[in-house]
Amino acid sequence: MKLNERSLAFYATCDSPADNAGFLYKRGERHTAYHRRWFVLKGNMLFYFEERESREPVGVIVLEGCTVELCDSAEEFAFAIRFGGTKSRTYVLAAESQAAMESWVKSLSRASFDYMRLVVRELEKQLEEMRWGPAGGCGGCRGSPSSWKPKPSGPEPWPERLPALPTVMPKENGCAVWNNALGADLPPNTSGCSGHDSEGNPRLPPLPPRRRASSSEAGGTGAAAAESPSIFCRLHERYGQEVARLRQDWLERRRGPRP
Amino acid sequence: MLPVPGRRAAGWGGRRGLRGRAAAAAAGWGGGRLAMRYNERELLSLARQPAEKAAEILMRVPKKGSVLKKRLVKLVVNFLFYFRTDEAEPIGALLLEHCRITKEEENVFSISFIEEPERKYCFECDSEEQCQEWIEALKRASYEFMRRSLIFYRNEIQKMTGKDPLEQYGISEEARFQLGTRKQ
Repeated sequence: MKLNERSLAFYATCDSPADNAGFLYKRGERHTAYHRRWFVLKGNMLFYFEERESREPVGVIVLEGCTVELCDSAEEFAFAIRFGGTKSRTYVLAAESQAAMESWVKSLSRASFDYMRLVVRELEKQLEEMRWGPAGGCGGCRGSPSSWKPKPSGPEPWPERLPALPTVMPKENGCAVWNNALGADLPPNTSGCSGHDSEGNPRLPPLPPRRRASSSEAGGTGAAAAESPSIFCRLHERYGQEVARLRQDWLERRRGPRP
Repeated sequence: MLPVPGRRAAGWGGRRGLRGRAAAAAAGWGGGRLAMRYNERELLSLARQPAEKAAEILMRVPKKGSVLKKRLVKLVVNFLFYFRTDEAEPIGALLLEHCRITKEEENVFSISFIEEPERKYCFECDSEEQCQEWIEALKRASYEFMRRSLIFYRNEIQKMTGKDPLEQYGISEEARFQLGTRKQ
């Protein structure tokens, strides 16, 4: 299969920022010897160069549909990029420190396009709901969940793990309530790239504890609901101030210039 | 760094059955670029996945003397695969990063890459409508476009709520999602 290699090489070496870069040892395919290579992660492409100063990459690993896991290896700080499929190769890499290994495992497991797309759609939905109200409110949302197409052979669909949005319940002071703490129940190692072993257990190595927003620490709906009216009221107040300002301007113009 | 038994210094020695650049060098290919290695099996598997968009379109590659040929063109994540219409395996794949999608004449658009803007992959659609749909879809197909969208939405939500929407997912510190540190 042909690939636009020149463009790939350009992407690898151009000055767009990399999502991760550093030396890693890569185990050869036929021989178990490790070779030190300079790795550059951009988007869902993991490029590797013979030397840091090399002008073009030796190769690239396309990271869609992979899982990243720690490795049982004689090699220290080893981890593996594994693909589904019977004859797929597993790339075994080793970092030079614990910190480097953790950094690479984290950035590689979230590198897929699918993962990025899920996050974007989630934020898009949040923004829509903040501007136009939750789905079923005024006009509903563009880009609703029905437009998601979780791929059967791809990473596990993120939306299915999220708690459903509660319906709008107006409170006495007229502020609408909605739950912004989406995904408060998500385990810390959800990622587009994480896979499961045959028993269905997630395989990602333990990541550093997730920093939780204060709303999710309180355990979900209750705390989140308490925060949401303040968000709505804050927006209401902000727009109200703008309206008051415009009205003031208009009144002054009506009065005419002062002598 | 402590020396670890079993590691070898970088080098080409001791590897047989090479593919890609080393094989090309061994075969005596001079000049020109040597092939980049890539995980072809996974790319082929990606080509078989459900596409964001697929259609039979006339396509011409930027090679001297090439003509428009009917191809099955399939957009999957940030790759555009193209197949002979009766074959299961793609002829080729284009990674859609740092590319420019241009409307050419009626029903026609082209894809070119910023390091070689004159080399154009041309596509002739059945209708102007189909042409516009493909242009829109391809413009949004890159990872970099998606990243910019994410950063934009994150910024907007943060401005409106004072909270970082990525915090609840534990990914707010990820390098790839940082505001204001990336070039277009």
